[in-house]
Amino acid sequence: MTANYKPVQPARLFGVHATPRNWHKLVLGLLPFILIIALYAYASHARKLDNPDDKLLPGFSQMVEAMQPLVMQPSPRNGQYVFWADTLSSLTRLALGCSLAFVAALWLGLNMGAFRGLEASASPFITFISMIPPLALLPMLFITLGVDEVGKVALIFIGTFPLMTRDVFIATKAIPREQLVKTLTLGGTQLAYLYRIALPQIMPRALDTFRLSLGAAWLFLIAAEAIASTDGLGYRIFLVRRYLAMDIIIPYVAWITLIGFLLDWALRVLARRLYPWYAGVNSK
Amino acid sequence: MNQNNKLSIEDVYKSYGNKLVLDNIDLKVAAGELCTLVGPSGCGKSTLLRLLLGQEFADAGSIIIDGAPARHPDPHRGIVYQKYSLFPHMTVFDNVMAGSRLSKQAWYLPWKRDKDDEAFAISMLERLRLVDAMRKFPHELSGGMQQRVAIAQALMSKPPLLLMDEPFGALDPDTREQMQIYLMELHEEHKLTIFFVTHDLDEACYIGTRLLVLSQYYTDDRGEEPTVARGAKIVGDYRLAREALPTTEKSSAYFKAFVEQVRANGFSPNNRCHVRDFNLKHPHSFQTLTREENQF
Ligand SMILES: Nc1ncnc2c1ncn2[C@@H]1O[C@H](COP(=O)(O)OP(=O)(O)O)[C@@H](O)[C@H]1O
Repeated sequence: MTANYKPVQPARLFGVHATPRNWHKLVLGLLPFILIIALYAYASHARKLDNPDDKLLPGFSQMVEAMQPLVMQPSPRNGQYVFWADTLSSLTRLALGCSLAFVAALWLGLNMGAFRGLEASASPFITFISMIPPLALLPMLFITLGVDEVGKVALIFIGTFPLMTRDVFIATKAIPREQLVKTLTLGGTQLAYLYRIALPQIMPRALDTFRLSLGAAWLFLIAAEAIASTDGLGYRIFLVRRYLAMDIIIPYVAWITLIGFLLDWALRVLARRLYPWYAGVNSK
Repeated sequence: MNQNNKLSIEDVYKSYGNKLVLDNIDLKVAAGELCTLVGPSGCGKSTLLRLLLGQEFADAGSIIIDGAPARHPDPHRGIVYQKYSLFPHMTVFDNVMAGSRLSKQAWYLPWKRDKDDEAFAISMLERLRLVDAMRKFPHELSGGMQQRVAIAQALMSKPPLLLMDEPFGALDPDTREQMQIYLMELHEEHKLTIFFVTHDLDEACYIGTRLLVLSQYYTDDRGEEPTVARGAKIVGDYRLAREALPTTEKSSAYFKAFVEQVRANGFSPNNRCHVRDFNLKHPHSFQTLTREENQF
């Protein structure tokens, strides 16, 4: 009997066995974006038909028109391009706060993970202060550090530092004891273990944590700018809210989202380049 | 006493809580020996190894390695583990060079290279057939290759005493046999002193020049009441003849008979030997019994 079996065709889209092709993934990935934009355009158009002065859902041309002076023309007041000046101020605060927190967390977490004595002293404290809602500290920070840059950077620092420290600490502690003994028997010192063996091993994971902390950092940045500032992306959004300027708010939010997305992507690429072994170790 | 002893242990006790694990251990290991340590699972082999390594400390007794008391881990002894021996973030070559770099290269001069050590590392990699894998990371290698790298890494810093903790335990039988032969060859080539812990009696009898059996299955004059806490002792100490090393030796009748004899003496709870009658035939073997253990 010669049964004529057809070779099994793997499912492409549906079911748990599906293995979508690459162009499938691209189209499927873009689909939600296209849908949401189309939906918005339709809703905006429908409202315009109802009321030509509608402010809630401005059309895309309206947004371009509103953004044009901010992006392309120097402000008559101080000669700055408002949009770019806002972006620069916000990114500076974000970068300062986050990188200070990252370096401090890396150093403290590493030492806590390696030295049991320091762990005993610092670990309960870090756990405790990580429970403080950072926004509750904002008034105190503004009172003590002033409403200038320092207060905002400090808020981002305080908001992201405890969590990153704890994560670096856990990662360092999770390195097998064998690696320490190995280092010492090969003639390395305790510090060599810390900075030449443990640090490079936890770096990729620390960068992951850093990426995830960026979300929280944005939150604190925008909150601080909304409350006391004279420039910045968050400041602008809250300023123009008074005039119901959705045609400015929406592009600003989209811009913040895009920056966040690009930062995340860049950090991922950087980690993959610098630590090519990491993906392989983890997939085992 | 004998200056040639790479390792000498006297009256060592170790307990965890109120469970006595190591009970009055005495041992001397001469330079050039490949000393294998076997015993039933849970008898305290790894505990003894951790004491030798300086990862933990004995409750009583002395452990002298290469003339100095065993302190925290240092380059007086090398170690090869079953896993986690290699640094996952370094390539094979960097792993093998790790000893040289960690001990000699200052962190602020990362571009300074030790040409002699690099040449030695390459020769070692060639010897172990790892040159093609030199730029790979450990996770890209098979288990056998990883262990070869780990051995090369430990040998680079020429430790007076090389400790091995079930290094081939996770390998499949063929790879395992290859590795055993590699190890025996390296042992002869480099005149190494090796302390090799395994739970595989065949392996221990096959590769060693000296076989130690650690076991909690023995009796002494302290009585049989359950209140008597008794830990593991070295119940057998044999000199092994290792002439030519064809792998067929493992299947010879003599080899099998010997393995069975060792097994009967050390691994069986029903066949307990008295401390006075341990099979301590090795010329370097010695035993100091306490009065309680040997009263009659
Ligand atoms: N850190 C520890 N705390 C308590 N008990 C331990 C510890 N390490 C080992 N033991 C006990 O010591 C005994 C010997 O363990 P181990 O040296 O690992 O045996 P082996 O390596 O011969 O299998 C076991 O009964 C184990 O339960």
